[in-house]
Amino acid sequence: MELSINYILNELNFIKPELVISISIVLIVFTDLIFDKRKQILPVISLISLLITGYFVIEQFGMNTFAIAPAGSKGMLAVDPFGAFFKMVVLFASFIIILFSINSSEIKLSSDRHGEYYTLIFGMILGMLFVISAADLILIYISLELLSLSSYVLAGFTKQSLRNSEASLKYLIYGGVSSGIMLFGISIIYGITGSTNLYEINSLIQAPQLPNITFILASILIFTGIGFKISAAPFHFWTPDVYEGAPIPITAYLSIASKAAGFALLIRFVKVTFIQSINTEGYWQLLNIIDWKTFVVLISILSMTLGNFAALWQNNLKRLLAYSSIAHAGYLLLGLAVLSNQGLLAIIIYFAIYAFMNLGAFLIVMLIANKTGSEDMDDYNGLGFTSPLLSVSLAIFFISLTGLPPTAGFIAKLYLFIALIDAEMITVAVIALLNTVVSLYYYVRVLKHLYLVKAEPDTPIIGVSALNTVLILMLLIPTLVFGIYFTPIVDFAKVSVSLLGF
Amino acid sequence: MENNYLIPYLLLAPFIGGVLVLFINKNKENLIRYFGLAVSLIVFIISLIIYFDFDNADGGFQFLYRFSWIENLNISFYVGVDGLSLLLVLLTTFLTPLTLLSSWSSIDKKVKEFTFFMLMLELGMLGVFVSLDMFLFYIFWEAMLIPMYFIIGIWGGKQRIYASIKFFIYTMFGSLLMLVAIIWLAVYASSSLGYFTTDLVELYKVGPTVPKTIQNYMFLAFAFSFAIKVPLFPLHTWLPDAHVEAPTAGSVILAGVLLKMGTYGLLRFCLPLFPQSSISFAPAISVLAVIGIIYGALVAMVQKDMKKLVAYSSVAHLGFVVLGIFAMNLEAVQGAVIQMINHGLSTGALFILVGVIYERTHTREISEYGGIAKIVPIYAFALLFASLSSVGLPGLNGFIGEFLILLGSFKSTVLNNIWFTVFAASGVIFAAVYLLWMYQRVAFGEVKNPMMNELKDMTKREMLVLLPIFVFIVWIGIYPSTFLKVSEKTVRNILEQVETPHKAELK
Repeated sequence: MELSINYILNELNFIKPELVISISIVLIVFTDLIFDKRKQILPVISLISLLITGYFVIEQFGMNTFAIAPAGSKGMLAVDPFGAFFKMVVLFASFIIILFSINSSEIKLSSDRHGEYYTLIFGMILGMLFVISAADLILIYISLELLSLSSYVLAGFTKQSLRNSEASLKYLIYGGVSSGIMLFGISIIYGITGSTNLYEINSLIQAPQLPNITFILASILIFTGIGFKISAAPFHFWTPDVYEGAPIPITAYLSIASKAAGFALLIRFVKVTFIQSINTEGYWQLLNIIDWKTFVVLISILSMTLGNFAALWQNNLKRLLAYSSIAHAGYLLLGLAVLSNQGLLAIIIYFAIYAFMNLGAFLIVMLIANKTGSEDMDDYNGLGFTSPLLSVSLAIFFISLTGLPPTAGFIAKLYLFIALIDAEMITVAVIALLNTVVSLYYYVRVLKHLYLVKAEPDTPIIGVSALNTVLILMLLIPTLVFGIYFTPIVDFAKVSVSLLGF
Repeated sequence: MENNYLIPYLLLAPFIGGVLVLFINKNKENLIRYFGLAVSLIVFIISLIIYFDFDNADGGFQFLYRFSWIENLNISFYVGVDGLSLLLVLLTTFLTPLTLLSSWSSIDKKVKEFTFFMLMLELGMLGVFVSLDMFLFYIFWEAMLIPMYFIIGIWGGKQRIYASIKFFIYTMFGSLLMLVAIIWLAVYASSSLGYFTTDLVELYKVGPTVPKTIQNYMFLAFAFSFAIKVPLFPLHTWLPDAHVEAPTAGSVILAGVLLKMGTYGLLRFCLPLFPQSSISFAPAISVLAVIGIIYGALVAMVQKDMKKLVAYSSVAHLGFVVLGIFAMNLEAVQGAVIQMINHGLSTGALFILVGVIYERTHTREISEYGGIAKIVPIYAFALLFASLSSVGLPGLNGFIGEFLILLGSFKSTVLNNIWFTVFAASGVIFAAVYLLWMYQRVAFGEVKNPMMNELKDMTKREMLVLLPIFVFIVWIGIYPSTFLKVSEKTVRNILEQVETPHKAELK
């Protein structure tokens, strides 16, 4: 293979977003060293670099190509609108999270280590951007590790807090095990096919269409690794503890960005590796190796049911949102179980909306915790009348998470149900709906504490700064507007369905 | 098609009014009350304009307004009224100002929030009745739960939190089943029409062509959702809690309008969309309706709490309505429509009267009262009047509805069994027992509780609230055709939609 300068420069064109992030990491480290006293410059650099990255990602909506392809083989990366969409979700979440961090009293505590904080966040971003595009098992593994290692440290970022360290250690142990399992799966697949490229594996396994127990095992092992990242049951055990222990901005980040990257990877892995053909209505005909439909449906029902029922008993808002995030992983998986472009559309719409409402919910929880120092539901009593902006926003975010109209959460569920019913999976749709009813109970419980329970006389009045008001509105307005008028989001999603090659 | 803007105005008025309330200083409580009342009166006037322009001879939808909304799914903001929905729209716009007036002094905290939620509730209810697009309908149907949840939860009685959550979860469960059926129907339409649509008028054509087994599932999903709302026995258990714990205004709206949304849904969606299934399930549902009539009456009889008694009487009255709908002939369905209005008026009046006395004595225990007829004669008369109307005394409204329903169910070819009528008729007797017995214990006899001697009679405001209701109670009782003729053509249309596919099948 000839590595001419021209070739390298040409290939670099396709990884501009990743390059910007890499440069920013270096920039942040140096700025931290040189301008030791002026920490407030770091978030500014981060935000600007995210905007530039966003610009390059938008470019990728028009691309549909392999990148970094060694001669005679498929590329390491697949640059396509599908990937671009998930990169946008990651960048959007990162942007919001950096704004969160500026306000978080937990992060402010260790102000001498802000350089590390932003470096690690950008490490995560770099890992996620690569995971989303990766078409090669080795690259997938490396970038997942980059993502994971950065997030282990971030989960325990405030060293002073005992529960932070506990969260970090738990995350590390669970993460280490699942990553090892995944690597084992990858090695088996390489052993069978002799290739690590998803597209090549796909063409290699077209011929013998028999269920192959080794291949099934390997696929499930890889699924385990990804299932850990998207916190689907039964790989969810770390979620409640880590969500509760980690600083709130990091919890929020894990629940959106890390999950988005995991889903992008899962969809690409399943669709690219196992696809045989797509019919005119957009249904995927998968290779007869492993029954993905049944498998994903089972995992999804397990996640929804377990997440929703466990959430019923939670009094800590972060733990409640952790279980709710497990349940939402379940709903999202249903979009994959449909095995159609319609289902993919539903997942994309769901993610776009979920990003707004879930980040919003975490933001309010953080602002309240900044003042009261607690995420306990009993400390929310009567806040509805002393802190109207925060409470109304939290109520709307929670109503949206339940999936009630006229909020965007309803639209997310609507498209999911349309995809399920179109695929004649009525029973599954009914199970999802029963789960929604269960979830209504715990989401409404928070509303109850805000508005219905008699307030104690010392209910705090929580003021909201101008920056935070803007931040709340940034998340609140889309949650409401997309509930009433969702054409733009659907049009955007329709563009993003296209995966390289299919 | 010419767009008619009257219905959009009807919906915009409470919405804009509700939003404006938020900008009034919360300490100016009287200003907020007057403002809320004014807005609801404007809405009432708009609905009257619609009523006077309405053409009774046309059984189809009128005052149509369509605005393309979500092109991807062919969803439009499509509204209009026919004879059935017009009567319920009028009932809503008529009761809302009265409930606001009735809670003038009983709601003394968070008046601003209360007025806001009441106006949003009115918007939701009107939206449900005028929507001609299933998606739009569903949004209003669900969104309305949120204000009701808060009205029960914030201003309700001791068990308010439990009652509000129970109400919310029950209704939500039913609605989600309906959502699945709506999507299923729309997806089915996309295979038969070639495009996904939620337009009700188009779905009317698609529904009867759905194969019987699938149609049965869809029918059951819709019917289940509506049966919870009605509530049909044995899905009624949320109702006593919600009715008793809600503030007076909430109970009046719940009983007066919200329950009607269930029966309206049965008539508007279940029957015409799934005619074959409706006919095959009619006997089963009618059995539940008759059980509801008798069960509701018997349970009402043993209640110690006045409000609970009225709440259980709703189960019985709504049983009549459901029986009338599933008897599926002109008399019975017309009776059901008029009975929906009647129940809104009589039960509304009864809840207001219970609220009036509760505000003074802070007890609803029947045993605490006795002999108040001597102390508060006007109140006692009003209570008697409302009770008799609810019992179905000839000359008052209740009689007309029950008579037509019994007549229709007797003649019904769909039910084809006179025992439905026989058992339902016994419910009328039970109604007389529980209401008159309650009245006797409250109004007559010795004054047991010395506190009652200081009871003050109704104020002018309270009389003003009840007077319009009483006027209509007498009006319907004496000259029901003012109202019957509005819905007649529509009811004929609906029945025709049910019978045509059925007859085609028999051939």
